[in-house]
Order: sequence, then structure tokens, then C-alpha cells
Amino acid sequence: MVKLLYQKSISELHDLLVRSEVSAADITRSVLDRVDQVEGRIKAYVTVTAERALAVADEVDKKLAAGEKMGPLAGIPMALKDNMCTRGVRTTCSSRILENFVPPYNATVVEKLAGAGSPVIGKTNLDEFAMGSSTENSAFFTTSNPWNPDLVPGGSSGGSAAAVAAGEAIYALGSDTGGSIRQPASFCGVVGMKPTYGLVSRYGLVAFASSLDQIGPLTRNVTDCALVLQAIAGPDERDSTCAPGPVPNFAAALTGDVRGIRVGVPKEYLAQGVDPRVAGTVQAAIDLLAAMGAEVEETSLPHTSYALPVYYLIAPAEASSNLARYDGVRYGYRAAVTGDVVDMFMRTRSEGFGAEVKRRIMLGTYALSAGYYDAYYLKALKVRTLIKQDFDRAFERYDVLLTPTSPTLPFKKGERTMDPVAMYLSDICTLAAPLAGIPALSLTCGFVDDLPVGLQLMGPPFGEQTLLRVAHAYEQKAGHWRRSAEGV
Amino acid sequence: MATEYETVIGLEVHVELKTKSKVFCHSTTEFGADPNSHVCPVCLGLPGVLPVVNRQVVEWAILLGSALNCEIASFSKFDRKNYYYPDMPKNYQISQYDLPIALGGYLDIEVDGVKKRIGITRLHMEEDTGKLVHQGTITTTPYSLVDYNRAGVPLLEIVSEPDLSSPAEARAYAEKLRQIIVYTGVSDGKMEEGSLRCDANVSVRPRGSTQLGTKAEIKNMNSFRALQRALAYEVERQTGVLGEGGRIVQETRTWDEGQGVTLSLRSKEEAHDYRYFPEPDLVPLVIDPAWVQEIRSRLPELPEARAARYVEKLGLSAYDAGVLTAEKSLADYFEACLALYPEAKGVAKGVANWLMGDLARLLNAAGVSVEEGRVTPERLTGLLRLIDQGDISGKMAKEVLEVMYVSGLDAAQVIKERGLSQISDEGALLDVIRAVLTENEKVVADFRAGKDKAVGFLVGQVMKKTRGQANPDAVNRLLRETLQSDQGSTTHQ
Repeated sequence: MVKLLYQKSISELHDLLVRSEVSAADITRSVLDRVDQVEGRIKAYVTVTAERALAVADEVDKKLAAGEKMGPLAGIPMALKDNMCTRGVRTTCSSRILENFVPPYNATVVEKLAGAGSPVIGKTNLDEFAMGSSTENSAFFTTSNPWNPDLVPGGSSGGSAAAVAAGEAIYALGSDTGGSIRQPASFCGVVGMKPTYGLVSRYGLVAFASSLDQIGPLTRNVTDCALVLQAIAGPDERDSTCAPGPVPNFAAALTGDVRGIRVGVPKEYLAQGVDPRVAGTVQAAIDLLAAMGAEVEETSLPHTSYALPVYYLIAPAEASSNLARYDGVRYGYRAAVTGDVVDMFMRTRSEGFGAEVKRRIMLGTYALSAGYYDAYYLKALKVRTLIKQDFDRAFERYDVLLTPTSPTLPFKKGERTMDPVAMYLSDICTLAAPLAGIPALSLTCGFVDDLPVGLQLMGPPFGEQTLLRVAHAYEQKAGHWRRSAEGV
Repeated sequence: MATEYETVIGLEVHVELKTKSKVFCHSTTEFGADPNSHVCPVCLGLPGVLPVVNRQVVEWAILLGSALNCEIASFSKFDRKNYYYPDMPKNYQISQYDLPIALGGYLDIEVDGVKKRIGITRLHMEEDTGKLVHQGTITTTPYSLVDYNRAGVPLLEIVSEPDLSSPAEARAYAEKLRQIIVYTGVSDGKMEEGSLRCDANVSVRPRGSTQLGTKAEIKNMNSFRALQRALAYEVERQTGVLGEGGRIVQETRTWDEGQGVTLSLRSKEEAHDYRYFPEPDLVPLVIDPAWVQEIRSRLPELPEARAARYVEKLGLSAYDAGVLTAEKSLADYFEACLALYPEAKGVAKGVANWLMGDLARLLNAAGVSVEEGRVTPERLTGLLRLIDQGDISGKMAKEVLEVMYVSGLDAAQVIKERGLSQISDEGALLDVIRAVLTENEKVVADFRAGKDKAVGFLVGQVMKKTRGQANPDAVNRLLRETLQSDQGSTTHQ
């Protein structure tokens, strides 16, 4: 089968570009045509910026024609989760409160991609303010899973994951706070990576939980993931929590060899609550890695069960403060009011925020309140340290830890919207990595009922190279990535 | 017998730092621009922005903390103070809660000759808010306008121990604190313009009691005088309430300058729960002791040390030294003068007299500080030189100074333009003296009869004839010489 341009990977398209077999405009048009074709069913985008994308592609073509040497992302059309600020293009966070907010500045990652010459196809749908696991918390619409439109694409970066899986972008950026890149990557059958906290600048990423948020790539394969990560990583003087450089060469880590790599499989992640079909698929992947020469061993992360309660105290606490600025005074939605300023605050926020956002603001406000702070927020910080120590100890013995990304297959739209805790449990495997600040990657390790199953690899802080190396070697051997979403 | 009460006061002072840019972004801190023109995405709190600490702010916090004898924390962090108010772009203020940058200092005050050491609990960094403009209060105004130029301007908050026992002590503490702040150069410390703001916690208790009474927090005191008046009123009020068997309510009160009273603003029940938590957008500050040492070594000489030096090395009285060092700008001016005229004898006392006397009078009348005036140290020492050379009399110099003050001219220029130069030419003076002697034969006769005082009258006549421009010393000497020699010649006749 001959792949169309929109179906290809970054490295394939880059080769075509440098050999002048296609133009950047050809690629962007191919992707935009694909958007026209399927977007009605997928609904990955909140805003499509076709003209801007074509203008960038033309620029790249001019430079290529002038003999300029371009990086791997030049002319590669991409999608941005709509919680990353784009100058002159509205940035909504899929919230009523920011529905018409047009930032006067670019996020650092957006600047970097602009510098790399990567056309932005548009801004993708998410759960409002990245709070959710299905895009059903978007104030605008729910995105469909390209493998089966009755199913959710995962979330909160569901729009980005679906766009890549459906061919509406060659790659995308998402943000991950508790699994928001990896879980949708798993549900949509793409590669998604949450880098080490501090590897990628958060400047311009609309904050959900500042100590957890991290931007990362969603791509067709691991090689592309390494290329995108290379382009967005690095220190930023506008983000004090960003790690100082230098950034290693990620593509160079893709050796195709896993011999001698020590893989720990924490038993807590394959215990009860995991769909046996998912567990079985992951087990097959473990066996394959072992057959490829990796040293696989079962291990334990004893504080795993606390990750969910800890996460749902710390993330909402930070969110309650981060989202306080949406009050109708300076920008965004303002309720029509007749009362005083307090009335304006209350109505603006009551009307502007959706139910899940309100729930988390209340949770977080409560956890930080006088008299409850020690019992909830402070206790959660202490347990967060214990969770980190679990990982520190594990990484003394293992190079990577392997788990399922999601305990279940993609679920049906509406299935969990009435039960917040069931929705929260969807992230049970992905919550610990952000709490520990460590990198984690999800890639497809097989299919059940024609639906992708995701495998999660976690590594020590700044252990991205090893993660990418193991994932790449596995991907090359297993070949699941070549299968694309035929559902659309 | 009625219970006697004693007063317990602690002050919270906010100092606006005069850094070039704001505490967490590059926006300028310049004052007086059009509303919302000194802002950027960061200080406007737009979605997605992040704060980055201005190194200068940390440095100045360490500097002022050191000047206030505080210990500088090796590990310090920022926290968020959460509350909703439209002058706050993020609806939280980045401040420091449990790990401030400086702790446990003190400063010494003196009231009515009694010295006292006042403890300083802590000093921490935070960001200022914007400004609201509206009619009446925020809940009754038809609309409010907001200006975020001030949002993100760096503040240091200095919290004292409840060691102050009277409004006078509180004022002395605030004034002394301001003096040190201005000396360190981190702020211009202008209370009227809001770069120095003072809140007070006040309570009273039966004398001798060790338990603290219920306190009220007093706000909106915009001058040192207002501070003292407000506290005096509040002490009186609380004593009155207790004296009548009432109870003090814990509350925040505002000073109404016009009515001269404090008014209730909100009670403890309405007080905010600020839900402090560590600011996740900033990494903790790990402060290298070597850096602290380096900053400490740059601490300027503080007022007390400077005054002591003036007494010891320059022979000034303690009073003069105190006046000269009260304002850093005055002491700097004083020393600039000494540097410009180091060779003269008694110059320190001379400069001090001019600074505290005639120049101070002129400046005070116009309400300008010494560094804003047009009489520069160069010009003042120029004037002193002319006096010392005998070109003008001290009395004329006072006139010359006034002209210099108004015109901004050098002393020599003023003297030349006004023809004020002193007549020291002996030939010219002798002509005048001879004329005076001829016109006053009776007085001359009195002198010769042994009335030495008669000389004074004759000097006065010479001065009158020269419209005050004669050098009085020279006139005196020449008069006596002439009278002596005339006498001699008479005898010979």
C-alpha cells in the first residue's frame, strides 16, 4: 500500500523534502485535505489555521529552494493542544471562559516550532483546562477516537492524539499532568511522551498544576518522538523550573538494541482493575523484550496505591490558585452583571467554568484551607516524596519500568461522565510519573478488538534516551505502529 | 483605683524597592506613566506566563536584612497568598510565608533620651498590587478603573516584634527604619508617595500583665505624624473600652485622617483565609553564604556609625552629628563639601553651621531636599573660600547664599554682578577712615581720653559709608593704627 503524504512519518517526509520530491506546501495541503475529509467525524480541532500553515510551508519551500539546510521539522505540519499560547490565534483551553482569548505572545515551544519551520494546522480539543481523560469535559464538543468514533480518544490531549492518529497532523504537542499525553496516545494508538519535569519549558502553557504540567510530543513512531522532543527541549530563561542544558541527542540513542537493559515490571500495575486483555497484551510485549535480550524482572512500587489520592489533592490545590485569575476583569469571558465586583467574579466563574473544573477548584480550595492544610495538602506532599523514593530505589536496579498505560481499552463516550472516580481511575497507571517528575512514554504494544493497547515505559529523571532506545527497539521488532486507524 | 494600661505595638512596614524592573518580569517600575503602559504578559497575569525572580530584589533583601541585623536564610522560598481582588492580576500574590529570606534582627531607637532595642521578626520579598480608582468603596461605586503599572513592583515587608510601648516609640522606630532603608539605597522611602507603608498591630493590657490583649490592626496611615496620631487615638479608644468594662474585638481598622479617628474595616470573622502554599512556578532560593558576605561588604556606613565618626573624627557635637546624618542625602552633601575643601581649618564645623543654618532654612522654606537644591557642594565651598579669603564678610555671605539659591549661580558670579565684593584695599579704606575721623572729632577725642569703646562707633561709620562692603577686620585694624599714629603726630606738633 502506498502511503499518502498525510500518513507518513516525520523522517519519511523530511527525506522527501530534502530530495525535492515533494514541497512543504504539498505536505501541508495533503494534511489540510485530510482535515476537510475527516474532521466532521473526528472533531480534533477547536481552531484550524490553514492559511497560516500554508504561509509557513511556502516560507520553508523558499528556503529549501534557496539551498538553505533545514531541520527535521521544517515543513512538517503539526497540531498544538489548545492550552499553548499562540500570538494572534485564540487559545481557549476548551473553556467558555477563554473562548475568545487571543494571546499577545507565543509559548516557548511555539516559538521553537516556528523557528524550526513547522506549519501549525490548528489548535486541538482538550478536556477543559486539561482536566479530564476523555475530552468530554471540553466546553465545545467531544473528540472521537479515530479507531472507533463511538469511543473517546482519551484525554486530556485527546484532540492532539486523535489528530495524529487520523492523519490530521503529522505530529502534535500535548501536555501531561497526570497522564494527559500518554493515556490518549494509548487510546489512539500513537506514541506519546511526558518528558522529565523541567526538560521542556512551560512558558506559555496555560497552567493546570504547575508542579506537574509538562509539554510533550505525540507522534506516529518513536523516531519522530525523538525528533520532536529534540526540537522543544532545553532551558528557558522565562521558566525558572526549566532544567539547565545541555540537551542530549535523542535520535542518537535509537540503537535498536535492548540487550542488557534492565526492565522492572512493578506488580502493582498489573494487579486488579486491569482489563485482562490489556494485561495479556502487555505481557506479550514483556516477553518480546525479554526475547530481544532485555533483562526483565518483577518489582514493586509499594506506594503506588497512594498516587491517585495524592494527585487529586496536589493537582486541584495548584489548580484552584492557577485558575483564580479567570475573573472577568482583564480578559476572557465576563458575565453580564448588575451587582458589585464580587457578584461579577462569582457569575463570571459560575458561567465560564464547566462542572469538572469547578469540582477541582473546590477540592483544591478545600485542601489548602486553614484547618485542613496539614491533613490534606501537606500530607499529600509528604506521600509524594515517598512515591518519588519508590522510584529512586527502583531505578537503582532498573533502567526502565514497564507498565500498561491505561488499565482499560478506550471506553465509550458517556460511559464514565456521571462517575468522576471511574474517570479518575482511567489515569491510575500514569499518575505516579508526574508526581515523581520522571519521564514516561506510551507506545502501542498490540490490539484487542481492533483497538490499540498502550505500553508505558518510565525512566529516571532525564532518562529519556534510554526510554526512547527501548521503545524504538521494541517498535521496530513488533511493528504495531505501521497499523493506522482504518475506522475513519 | 482605675486599672493602668500599657500599650503593645508591632509594626508591619512595606518598602517599595527602586529596582529598574519589576520583581518577576522585565517591565519597568518607573512611576507616573499612563495607566497600564508599564505592563507585560507576566505582570498582567495572562494565561500561561511564569514569574522569574529579579536577582536585584534578592540582593537588596539581603542587603537590607543585613542592615537590620537579621540572619539571612540559606534556604528560602516563595509562596502564594490567595485572595480575590481586582487589583491583583492573578488573584494571588507571590510572597514568602514560612521561610522568609531574613529573620531575627533588631534596630535601636531613642525616645526622650531613652534608648531601646526593637526586635525585627522577619523580612520577606513580595510583589505589589495594581491600583484601583473609583468613587467611594469598591462595593458602592458604579465602576472601578484599574491600573496595573504598580502590579509586580518589588516590595520588602519588615515585621517588628511587639516591642513598641507607645505611639512615640512606634514613630521613632518607623523613622529609624526609613533612615536605614534610605541609607542602604534600596528605596526612596517616601511615606506620602506610598513607597513606604506602615500597618500597626495595637493592643493594650493591664500594666504588669504578661498576656497580650486582643489586638486591632490599623491601616491607612500615610505619614509618620499620622502613624503617631492614629496609634494615640487607638490606644485611647481601647483603654476607654476596657475602662468601661467592654471587650476589644479583633479587627482591622482604618485611620481616617480628616476625622482623626480609626474606623472598623472588617472583623476577624471576615478575615481572609489566604491558603498559602509553596509557589510551584519558582524554585526555592538556595543562598550561597559567600554571596551574602559579598553583599554585606557593600553595606554603606549606617547613620549611627556615621554620626559617631563625625563626633570622634570631626569634633562635631552629638547634636550636630545627629542632625547631619538624619538624612543620608544631607550627610553625603556634608562630606562632599569636606572633600572639596579639605585644607581649611575648622571647615567641618563651618560647613555644618551653614548646612544646619542658612541653607537648611532656604531648603525647608521651599520644601526641597539638599540634593535637589541649586547650591551644590562645589558652590557652597566656593562661598566658604571667599569668606575665608576675606573677600566677603559672613554677613554678606548670607545674602550671597540667598541669591545663589535662587539663581543657581556661583558665589563669585553673584558677588561680581551685585558689586558686593568686600573692600580690603587699604588705600581706599584709609581715605574713608580719614573722612570719618574728620567728621567725628568729638568721638576721636573721647577715644583719646581713654574710651576704647568709641572705636566701635567709628567702625560702624566706616561700614556705613562703604555700604557694608568694607572688611570689618581691616577697618578695625586700620582705624586703630590711624588713631595711634595721628596721636603721635599731634604730640610732635
